[in-house]
Order: sequence, then C-alpha cells, then structure tokens
Amino acid sequence: MIGALAALLVCQLAGEVAARALGLPVPGPVIGMVLLFAALMLRGREAPEDLTRTADGLLGNLGLLFVPAGVGVVIHLPVLARDWAPISLAVLAGTLAAIAATGRLAQWLLRRLA
Amino acid sequence: MTGLAEIWVYLAREPLAALTATLVAWVLALRLQHLLRGHPLANPVLLAVALLAGGLLAAGLDYRDYFQGAQFVHFLLGPATVALAVPLYRQWQVVRRSTAAALLAVAGGGILAAAAGVGIALALHAAPEVTASLAPRSVTTPVAMGIAERIGGLPSLTAAVVILSGIIGAALGPAVLNLARVRDWRARGLAIGTAAHGIGTARALSVNATAGAFSGLAMGLNAIATALLLPLLWRLAFG
Repeated sequence: MIGALAALLVCQLAGEVAARALGLPVPGPVIGMVLLFAALMLRGREAPEDLTRTADGLLGNLGLLFVPAGVGVVIHLPVLARDWAPISLAVLAGTLAAIAATGRLAQWLLRRLA
Repeated sequence: MTGLAEIWVYLAREPLAALTATLVAWVLALRLQHLLRGHPLANPVLLAVALLAGGLLAAGLDYRDYFQGAQFVHFLLGPATVALAVPLYRQWQVVRRSTAAALLAVAGGGILAAAAGVGIALALHAAPEVTASLAPRSVTTPVAMGIAERIGGLPSLTAAVVILSGIIGAALGPAVLNLARVRDWRARGLAIGTAAHGIGTARALSVNATAGAFSGLAMGLNAIATALLLPLLWRLAFG
C-alpha cells in the first residue's frame, strides 16, 4: 500500500512540477494521471496488484474527499442568498441539460465512429 | 480536572476534532443513504456536507478552523485523481476503440455545460463575478478555481458551485440519462464525467466499471479542454 501511495504521490509531484515549469493551465494531479497512465502503458501487462488495490480503495471513497471543500458553502451563504435564482438554475438546469446533451451526443458518436 | 473551556480550546486548535467529525459525518451519510434505499437525492456527499455545514453554523464555528483539520482528507483528492489512471488502464481495450467519439463528445458537452450556465446567469441578471464563477462549474474543483480567477470570478464561490453541480449531476444525472434514452454505459459515463466531474465519477464507478472508466476519462479531458479553451472564449465573448 505504501509503495503504491508513493507511486501516486510521485506522479502528482511530477505533474505539479511540470505544470509550473511549463506554465500549463492544467492542474498537477490531472497531469499526474496522464503520467501514471503512460507509465502503465509502457510497462504493459496488468497493473500491479498493490497499485490496483490502493487505487480502488481511494476511488471507492472518492465522495468523502469532496466533503471538506463542500462544507465551504457556508462562507458563501450571503452571495447565495442574493443571487440564489441564477445560481440554482444554472447549477440545476445547466448541469442536467449538459448531461442529457452530452449523453445523446456521445451515444450518437459512438455508433457512428466506433 | 480540566475545565470545559480548556477542552474546547484544545478541540478547536487540533485537527483531531474536525477530522473525526468529517469521517463520522461520512459514515452517517452512508448509513442514511442505505436507510433511504439509495434514493438518488440521498447522495452521501450532499448529506455529509449538510450535516457538517449545519453543525458549524449551529455551533458558531469558523469554516477556516474546521478546514485546518479536514484538509488532511481534502489532500487525498490529488492522489485520488492520479489513481483514476488505473480504472482507465484496466478498461483501455474498451476505451481505445472509442477515443475519437469520446474526445468529440467531451469537447461538445464541455462547451455546452459552460454556455448553459453562463446563458442562464446572464438572462437572470446575476452579478458579473457570479456569472464568471458559474462558467467553469462542470470541471474538477482545482481547475475550476484557477479558471474563475483568470476570468474575473470568485474562486471560493466557484468551488461551492462546482461541488453543487457535481452533487446534482451524481444525484439526478442517471434519471436524466434514462429519460434521454441514453443506455450505452460508455455514453452515460462520458456525460456524467463531463458535467459532474469527480463527484459524478464516484457515482459512476459505484454503478458500472465501464461507465466509471469513461467518466474518469471525460473528467480529465474536460479539465484539460476547459482550462485551455474557456479563458480564450471568455475574452472573445466578453473581452
């Protein structure tokens, strides 16, 4: 588990350094994800069992990791109270419309291109 | 014996209390979700956030003090994002055949998600900084905050609307996809990952491995595409 965690942190660290050194607008962890994926591809075979177990453990509780930032909503109660109509409509209707449209588009593209 | 006030000072200063509260709230949220038989609105992120936010407000505690402790959980978001490479690699044989479709669908969906939010905010005369905070709402929190800063939004408000969008997408997205008759697990994953980032991906991973892999892929692609394109489009439209 510690080896796998170290591998994840090394990828994240490399991603953070690359983002800053090259002035990329993409966050470090996303670059880290690309790096780990590239490493797995280069290695071939199945992903190491240790890494698979650690990744599944983290991703199985992915929702928990958003909780601390989500509680930050309490700071914005005044703004939310003032602009509640546009914010709730944009979040609710905007997100659901995007999901429906992306789903239809993806399904259509998958039939035509794949 | 130590006085109550001193115990309170200890609890407020050390990360232990906030960390414990976060994990306990999460366990309670999972129990509640189970009790409500996995009703879509019983999303564990929503329930845990409501419990903790209610607790902070009721006790008159400062969010920054809470975050001092909870940041240890928050920190794991980084390695968890990196770990998304593992399900993607495991599903690569399936994903590889649909890369072109995935790229196009995520690009189209990402632009639409941003445009829908901005359009609604403009139509309802939201304050300009609120409109700018809503634009990057569908990408993962750290990217969204960076983009908001560059286009004149409020990064911390963006974090709040990003998480709200994720919760809405995770809770109601599957029902919307059923209504839209999107039955292909690959397309369902792409839609949820594009519009509801990591929170949607968490839900997708728990429902179907293929949907989870495509959702993680869509989340990463949309983060990259939005970070590169949105500031440029914003300058063209409102510059």
